Amino acid sequence: MSSGFTKAMARNIFYGGAVFCFLLFLGLAFDTHQVLPKRDNREGLTDSAIRGKRIWETHDCIGCHTLLGEGAYFAPELGNVYARRGPDFIKAWIKAQPTHVPGRRQMPQFNFTDQQLDDLVEFLKYTNGINTNHWPPNIEG
Amino acid sequence: MKYPSQAVSKLYFTAAIGLFAGQILFGLIMGLQYVIGDFLFPAIPFNVARMVHTNLLIVWILFGFMGAGYYLVPEESERELYSPKLAKILFWVFLVAGALTILGYLLVPYAELARLTGNDLLATMGREFLEQPLITKVGIVVVCLGFLFNLTMTMLGGRKTSISLIMLMGLWGLALFFLFSFVNPDNLVKDKFWWWWVVHLWVEGVWELILGAMLAFVLIKVTGVDREVIEKWLYVIIAFTLMTGIIGTGHHYFWIGTPEYWQVWGSVFSAMEPIPFFMMTVFAFNMVNRRKREHPNKVATLWAMGTGVMAFLGAGVWGFLHTLAPVNYYTHGTQITAAHGHMAFYGAYAMVVLTMISYTMPLMRGREANSNKAQVVEMWSFWLMTIAMVFITLFLTGAGILQVWLQRYSSTPMSFMATQDQVMVFYWLREITGLVFLLGFMLYVASFFIKGETKAA
Repeated sequence: MSSGFTKAMARNIFYGGAVFCFLLFLGLAFDTHQVLPKRDNREGLTDSAIRGKRIWETHDCIGCHTLLGEGAYFAPELGNVYARRGPDFIKAWIKAQPTHVPGRRQMPQFNFTDQQLDDLVEFLKYTNGINTNHWPPNIEG
Repeated sequence: MKYPSQAVSKLYFTAAIGLFAGQILFGLIMGLQYVIGDFLFPAIPFNVARMVHTNLLIVWILFGFMGAGYYLVPEESERELYSPKLAKILFWVFLVAGALTILGYLLVPYAELARLTGNDLLATMGREFLEQPLITKVGIVVVCLGFLFNLTMTMLGGRKTSISLIMLMGLWGLALFFLFSFVNPDNLVKDKFWWWWVVHLWVEGVWELILGAMLAFVLIKVTGVDREVIEKWLYVIIAFTLMTGIIGTGHHYFWIGTPEYWQVWGSVFSAMEPIPFFMMTVFAFNMVNRRKREHPNKVATLWAMGTGVMAFLGAGVWGFLHTLAPVNYYTHGTQITAAHGHMAFYGAYAMVVLTMISYTMPLMRGREANSNKAQVVEMWSFWLMTIAMVFITLFLTGAGILQVWLQRYSSTPMSFMATQDQVMVFYWLREITGLVFLLGFMLYVASFFIKGETKAA
């Protein structure tokens, strides 16, 4: 870099640019939260769904599955599993684990109660109702 | 080494290398589970192995940053560390807490761990990379604050250089944005929104300040180029980092319930994120070409140049590959993401820590550079690990492209598991390449034990 461009100028670009961009980001974050009520399916966030989210978290489901595309890539996307499989299949599937098929990926048995299974399904139903801009591209996730 | 108190770094770097070994081991276990699904089941389910793999990564990189901070800040400030004793106490606190957390993951069912550690008080667990129990998260904050207090006091009492200032800004930012790990709204969209304020604003924000400062520090030492020139470069690089990276967070807000306009903001700004990484590569090569001295530690110079190149490829090029919204619509949450994650983390953060270790460890062991023999072995480890990581990335990219084609793009999409069967060959190749990476790592460790002719520092 030429000597006409000094370290002080570079430093000022850094501070000015960083502060400006962070403020712009804060503005966008604020606006996002204004728009969210129309998109985030908060009416679907029942007490049961909230309990379901806790079950989702405390069993580290994200360590194998993705949810809205985020998580691990070892097991299927579950953001739209409610639409793909329906509530009864989901519950039956979880109860039937592990499959013990030799060489196949295995999901642990969590010994959930019926209430816990209902809560988990309620959480997946709520998630399925979030406006994700038409993602995933198809039902397979 | 100019100041005896800098030697606390040795503890931190040793722990970092030890934890790195654990990360590689669990990576190999997961890689095998990708091809032999029931390997080690139910003793170590995949999600547990993954928590251990990713959490060890974060912790060893943090140990690396801390070790680097304890070495760099006293040297830049031209004085002893404010409190070497505090640095040693915090080291043991962090190491024991980290080890207990990992043992907790391995020995106790996760739901039980959550119950035992009071997750009901404030639910923070079970989110990707932030799986740590509440008490561990609090511990991380306490250790970071103690560390930052120590370094800030060191800098305030001595010479203030741009490098140490930027290092500290990055580290303070790291601690600050980690506080968002305590934010976990019931609303999944908000949960995900704030989660990225830790994950993205770390790795594509403040961590890059730390990376830049460490690289600049080593480049000054090994090239002898004028500090004014190097610090000017550093400011320009981190200016572009934050001007592109902060709003670049938007590339995570395409499909999680956040408004559509993020597709424009996220695509445009994150498309520019490779710029600072490209500059970093040019910077490293340019400084080495303009060197005013021949530093005997050749392998440290190799790591520094490697960091520039691999960070640009992994974070810059592989990031750009899937960052535009129309592309990301198909690639989001596929093996493409895994490919990018691996090369970016290795190329940017693993390699810069290894650069710092490579430069400082000989000095802390009483010599300016390791013997030629030891350096040659370390260079072999550099090439083996780096080339292995390039191929791991290529194989995962292959898996990802095929996955997108079969499961996402097709008019008759396959199910997830059927698709996984189709891409199995790539997973096998990745696992074999992982073994080459392990071999490289073993040579790396071996290089510390190779003697030979050395000059005193």
